[in-house]
Amino acid sequence: MTTGLFFTQLLNGLQLGVLLFLLSAGLTLVFGIMNVVNLAHGSLYMMGAYFAAAAFNAFDGSFLAAALVAVPGTLLLGLLIERIVLANLYQRDHLDQVLATFGLILFFNEVVRFVWGPASVYMNVPSWLSGTIDLFGLPYPAYRFAIIAVGLAVGLGLYALINRTRVGMLIRAGASNPDMVSALGVNIRGLNTLVFGLGAALAGLAGLMAGPIVSVQAGMGEPVLILTLVVIVTGGIGSIRGAFYGALIVGIVDTVGRAFLPTLLRELLDRSVAQAVGPAIASMLIYLLMAAVLALKPQGLFPVKHG
Amino acid sequence: MAESRAARAFALLLLAGLALVPLVAAWLGQPFWVTLFTRILIFALAAMGLNLVLGYGAMVSFGHAMYLGIGAYAVGILSHHGVDNGLLQLAMALGVGALVSLSVGAICLRTSGMAFIMITLAFAQMLFFLAVSLREYGGDDGMQLRNRSQFGPLDLNDATLLYYLAYALLLAVLYGFWRLVHSRFGMVLRGCRSNERRMRSMGFPTLRYKLSAYVISALVCVLAGMLMANLTRFVAPSYMAWTVSGELIVMIVLGGLGTLIGPIAGATALLLVEEGLSSLKLGIPWLDTVVNQHWLALIGIFIVLVVLVLKQGLYGWLLVGERSRAERRAAPKPARVPAGDRPPYSVDEGQT
Repeated sequence: MTTGLFFTQLLNGLQLGVLLFLLSAGLTLVFGIMNVVNLAHGSLYMMGAYFAAAAFNAFDGSFLAAALVAVPGTLLLGLLIERIVLANLYQRDHLDQVLATFGLILFFNEVVRFVWGPASVYMNVPSWLSGTIDLFGLPYPAYRFAIIAVGLAVGLGLYALINRTRVGMLIRAGASNPDMVSALGVNIRGLNTLVFGLGAALAGLAGLMAGPIVSVQAGMGEPVLILTLVVIVTGGIGSIRGAFYGALIVGIVDTVGRAFLPTLLRELLDRSVAQAVGPAIASMLIYLLMAAVLALKPQGLFPVKHG
Repeated sequence: MAESRAARAFALLLLAGLALVPLVAAWLGQPFWVTLFTRILIFALAAMGLNLVLGYGAMVSFGHAMYLGIGAYAVGILSHHGVDNGLLQLAMALGVGALVSLSVGAICLRTSGMAFIMITLAFAQMLFFLAVSLREYGGDDGMQLRNRSQFGPLDLNDATLLYYLAYALLLAVLYGFWRLVHSRFGMVLRGCRSNERRMRSMGFPTLRYKLSAYVISALVCVLAGMLMANLTRFVAPSYMAWTVSGELIVMIVLGGLGTLIGPIAGATALLLVEEGLSSLKLGIPWLDTVVNQHWLALIGIFIVLVVLVLKQGLYGWLLVGERSRAERRAAPKPARVPAGDRPPYSVDEGQT
């Protein structure tokens, strides 16, 4: 029974990790190539979820329609943001980028409240994924399993794109020396836009996949954004591989920690102390993990190799 | 520092204006103004503290709301256990603040640039979630303070007195920072901002200087947090929400990065704009409702515009404005792009 529960929680952690990977891959690419901090990435995720929920409810429960609206919609929105705001900030300090994207977060949260109202919007799991599947005798919700599958597929796709194609080669080259790539006649602005659009589309995909399992509301992007930042810092800024492993580690540590740490502490400590301390430590666990990683390896677990 | 006359006049006017607020409020019969401006002073104090690392040390800390929270919770938790003695609360707040900022600073300063921004944010979030999980002290909802801090004969229940306490503290910190920034310590800090590697090779243990600056700036925010708890008689995790850290940075950049008066000007401007938007009456009912409910969207656009257009902030603009006007008088030429703003050679000359 306990091992069953443990594996279920492990899978839940994997599912959270995969979702975090979809977000951190985009963010870390944008950082690695353009040297830009984009805090509005969480807002793109939120907009993706809202687009998906709106389309899902408008086309009476068609998940395909939701996907067809959410991903291209977020892609377009991302391109707009890049053109209007961020393209003017590439040469400026991180401080200016942080501030401008912070302003965008406030803006999008209010836009969402204005258009869809302050209450949460709901989106159901599509009927063909609403059951459970049997994993070695362990029942697990099919939809969550689908999230894991989609995330791993995207991970493989990104790996192939970055390491096996010409565009991927340009992206890697742009990350290590943008001036040189530009001097060789590559349109680096176009490359930037492409990468930003890719990141935005991935954020939209994450929003779409998360839509049915979280409550879609204003401000839903911020907690996820902060987890994403933890992932990126832990994994090593700018590295897709780091984002992948970092996301899985953070997702699993957070989920499993929250599920089992309070019970574990109850065995070790006095009951009343454990009751008070357990949830507190569980919610701080990933930050402690990040602090430990940074104290030992300031560049993160999987730093980008340059040169 | 060769400050322009306009900038110095502006600084004096701002400080004098703030000194007169309770008198004007009493005269006009608007006691609410005193509370609003106490809030402004408190945020100005916190922004000034953050500016020491952000403006003078170029360390972009996105987690200083955490220290506001530590100050507020020190008051709240001690008061919850029946300790209302202000000096004890002060000692506790500064002690915990120093301990936390020393250890957090020591870890964060191992990184720089982007990673520093993210890691300070993550630590602040960690403390935020810690506060949320403290059921005993109100958890998510926060808790009401039974009594304000007791400092002997000072009665903080008197709104005017609290205002002037905040004002005096602001002036004291302003003077302290003025001395600090122009001291050898401040020079080293500013040296690190321009070129840390050079400072290190000159033999300065830069980490030690940066960490000291980080701790000092954190402690100023702790003081602001204590005042905040006393102003609202309420302590909640929302004091250390990450948006508060963001707002502090906005205040600094809006007022003028790396200037002493800038954060005060920025805090005043931002909070007055927020207050104005949330109670704006244009006479067009539907527009008023939209603006009053969704003013944060306008603040968001405002912030983006400030970043894109007003690079030096309000007070910095006064400083620079005077200089460039003088230059223009000396050499009447068409508008020039400062050398720093353009790459050594520009390909798209025609487009700009």
